[in-house]
Amino acid sequence: MKERLVVVGNGMAGIRTVEELLKIEPQRYAITVFGDEPHSNYNRIMLSSVLAGEKRFDEIMLNDRSWYDEHDITLHAGTPVTSIDRVGRKVMACDGIEAGYDRLLLATGSVPFVLPVPGHELEGVIGFRTIADVETMVSAARSFHHAVVIGGGLLGLEAANGLLNNGMQVTVIHLPEVLMERQLDDAAASLLRATLERRGLKIVTGADTKALIGSRRVERVMLKDGRELVADLVIMAVGVRPNVALARAANLHCERGIVVNDTMQTFDPRVYAVGECVQHRHQTYGLVAPLFEQARVCANHLAYLGYGRYTGSTTATRLKVSGIELFSAGDFRGDDSSEAIVLKDTARGIYKKLILKENRIEGAVLYGDTVDGAWYYELMREKSDVSAHRDQLMFGRMHIADAGHGGEQSAAAMADDAQVCDCNGVCKGDIVNAIRTKGLFTLDDVKKHTKASSSCGGCAGLVEQILAACVGGAYSAPERKPLCSCTDFTHEEVREAIRVNRLTTREQAMAHMDWRTPDGCPGCRPALNYYMLAAWPAEAVDDAQSRFVNERVHANIQKDRSYTVVPRIWGGVTTPAELRAIADVAEKYRVPMVKITGGQRIDLVGVQKEQLPHIWADLNTAGLVSGHAYGKALRTVKTCIGSRFCRFGTQDSIGMGVALEKMTWGSWTPHKFKMAVSACPRNCAEATIKDFGVVGIEGAWELHIGGNGGLKVRVTDLLCRVKTDAEVLEYCGAFMQLYREQARYLERTAPWVERVGLPYVRQKVVDDAESRAALYRRFLDSQQPAQNDPWAEHAEEAHRLEFVPMTQIHASAVGQPPTQAGPYHGLTA
Amino acid sequence: MPDWINVGSLTDIPRLGARVVATAQGDVAVFRTSSDEVFALLDRCPHRGGPLSQGMVYGRQVACPLHNWSIDLASGEAVAPDIGCAPRFPVRVEGGLVLLSLRDG
Repeated sequence: MKERLVVVGNGMAGIRTVEELLKIEPQRYAITVFGDEPHSNYNRIMLSSVLAGEKRFDEIMLNDRSWYDEHDITLHAGTPVTSIDRVGRKVMACDGIEAGYDRLLLATGSVPFVLPVPGHELEGVIGFRTIADVETMVSAARSFHHAVVIGGGLLGLEAANGLLNNGMQVTVIHLPEVLMERQLDDAAASLLRATLERRGLKIVTGADTKALIGSRRVERVMLKDGRELVADLVIMAVGVRPNVALARAANLHCERGIVVNDTMQTFDPRVYAVGECVQHRHQTYGLVAPLFEQARVCANHLAYLGYGRYTGSTTATRLKVSGIELFSAGDFRGDDSSEAIVLKDTARGIYKKLILKENRIEGAVLYGDTVDGAWYYELMREKSDVSAHRDQLMFGRMHIADAGHGGEQSAAAMADDAQVCDCNGVCKGDIVNAIRTKGLFTLDDVKKHTKASSSCGGCAGLVEQILAACVGGAYSAPERKPLCSCTDFTHEEVREAIRVNRLTTREQAMAHMDWRTPDGCPGCRPALNYYMLAAWPAEAVDDAQSRFVNERVHANIQKDRSYTVVPRIWGGVTTPAELRAIADVAEKYRVPMVKITGGQRIDLVGVQKEQLPHIWADLNTAGLVSGHAYGKALRTVKTCIGSRFCRFGTQDSIGMGVALEKMTWGSWTPHKFKMAVSACPRNCAEATIKDFGVVGIEGAWELHIGGNGGLKVRVTDLLCRVKTDAEVLEYCGAFMQLYREQARYLERTAPWVERVGLPYVRQKVVDDAESRAALYRRFLDSQQPAQNDPWAEHAEEAHRLEFVPMTQIHASAVGQPPTQAGPYHGLTA
Repeated sequence: MPDWINVGSLTDIPRLGARVVATAQGDVAVFRTSSDEVFALLDRCPHRGGPLSQGMVYGRQVACPLHNWSIDLASGEAVAPDIGCAPRFPVRVEGGLVLLSLRDG
């Protein structure tokens, strides 16, 4: 017999919880859903777009009736629940229907706050919450002319804009002096006000409503200062209140909302609550992303999994009025202890303000150009120290990082066939289409379905703008980002668990952390493998099957299934003997192409998999070893000619480059790691776009970190200057170790340094000599077991098997009874 | 009735890995899961022809090494939201031997 789950509330939070539950535990419950409205579940955030005539009702439906049928869910739509009998464990609905439960989920949402002024019950006075409200507004617009919206917040302005589109004369009256005072400062609000007034909206601020006047239907709005406004339709948009009436009547503990703990449980352990009706850690939420996060946690507990906690959300807002770009997050006003950076270009209609406290972003308001909203928001949530690039912060990520999308700043201005994601060739139209047809809500969903912003991430801001325009104006990002969907633990928590509990095998780690999937996934397995190798270099068991093919076969896979082979060329210096050996290999194995790489090495291109061990053996014989061109590891150390020959060189860059490479080769890192050494400030080795760059100057070395020459060009930050060669090695090892121990898997040094802040790295590697020495020591220790040439290990006969087919079946073998097919002899070298 | 061909022993295939069987129809990838189930698919990702045998096996899926599409080992179908299908072949283990049929499964 199935357990019974009753859901009160057929809106976005309740149904999302059911969807999450069905994903992980489809069979446990017989589910019954009660909804006040006579519809199935729709996207409430999009009501303003329906009102504005940009969408039809059927376009904002999320789950139609057939979805409920498919999942055997009993739906009572248009059937408000009137009471809960917690002792008898059942709910009673208005038409006499009763439903017993083993678990009850309350998702009753919120109700518009109605100003208790005289006349508020007159006909033509409504809130803005349901499909019925929108229908009332649209039909009023056909017969009447004058609308007054009370409340100039997000909801009020979206309602006013919609009514304007329906041909009404609309006045917004707002008690404070500035519009959207909870999201905007005075300057941004006045730009917004000017834009809205140009569109024909009348705005009266500092206006306190005294009464609504009319005989049967509302006719006028009277303000306390005596002014009167003609009104055939009045929209109350002065805020919402969590809908707690039902819960309160059932004696569940409520304050402003239904009080829940981190598992979304109310004070009655059989009763859960999610969504706008909930009060969690003194907060209530009206945005969609926190609700979805709550839904996921709640579903976990309904499924008896017993883990997953909701710990609250930081939220940001985008206004959903077409043609207006507006973004707001955090504390955007600041106080005496904070500083503001402001850019104001009234002629272009652009205003940006960032609030900084102790070099960290506390809040942001963007108007007119919001493409960097997501980036500022991320820096804010990560509490990144931004002092190192503070001077460029205002000009956006584009300025710091040369990420695609051709300088386009506004998704609204883009044509459908304009390319948004230059890495994967995804156009705006593709994204909009996927969001609409697949019902996507989050950036992660869009990445998965369209691949947009899934490579370099440079267009994430644009994709979020498109998402906001399609699904709703407000979003937030989760506080905690689990490593992948196999676990609820973050990268940091997983790494800590591995370190503290001395976990050294994948099976151990997954068992210890209650992994949700038996084998993990391609996202978490390589990360776990790396974290274990980094924490326990001597003990951890390297799991070949948890490595990407390139790291398993020590070569780079190409689109035609062939591989490239790159031997290590120390500091970019080679010898005639080595060149001859490479040439011999290229001829002997008929390698289709020999190419000089950007990192001063030689690449044998187009090698077949079965040839790999033979080529390695031949190269090994000539003294050449693997160059790890395939690994999340030290790649190359590029050098210029240096003081031995160059007339400008101040230092021996080649000697230093070779020493650095000898020290660090074979070291696994969270992502690839590149170095370069230049002998003078002319910097011919391009050391200032490397993960670790060294530039010789007269009598000293300059050390640079966090550069990147790839998809996002980022110039390094100067770490410090040192005098001696030994110091260069020590600082390099210490920096690499800090990166190895602290960056998330697949995080390059550039975003890592931006995230933790340059001052932090300086503190650990430069200022604190003890910390530097300890990091350096740990780095050298980790290199002991790591510096083995994988080619030499795998070229041995025993390991060659993996590189050849297990057998070969000739056409003649088909149709024969079970026999051993012809053995495969592999490639005779 | 499939024509079973002995292609080697189960232990020739690494757990959570695959080996290739070369055939006249092209390479066939034979996968081995963590619970020692075996599956066989044509070694071509329906997306851009990537060698599925070189991908990472997890659960009853494999992730293609070229563009990370996930393919269901039992059906050969790409995992949503991607769409496509790799031809599959009957395969079973008997007495530690892997028996493959080249008739379409």
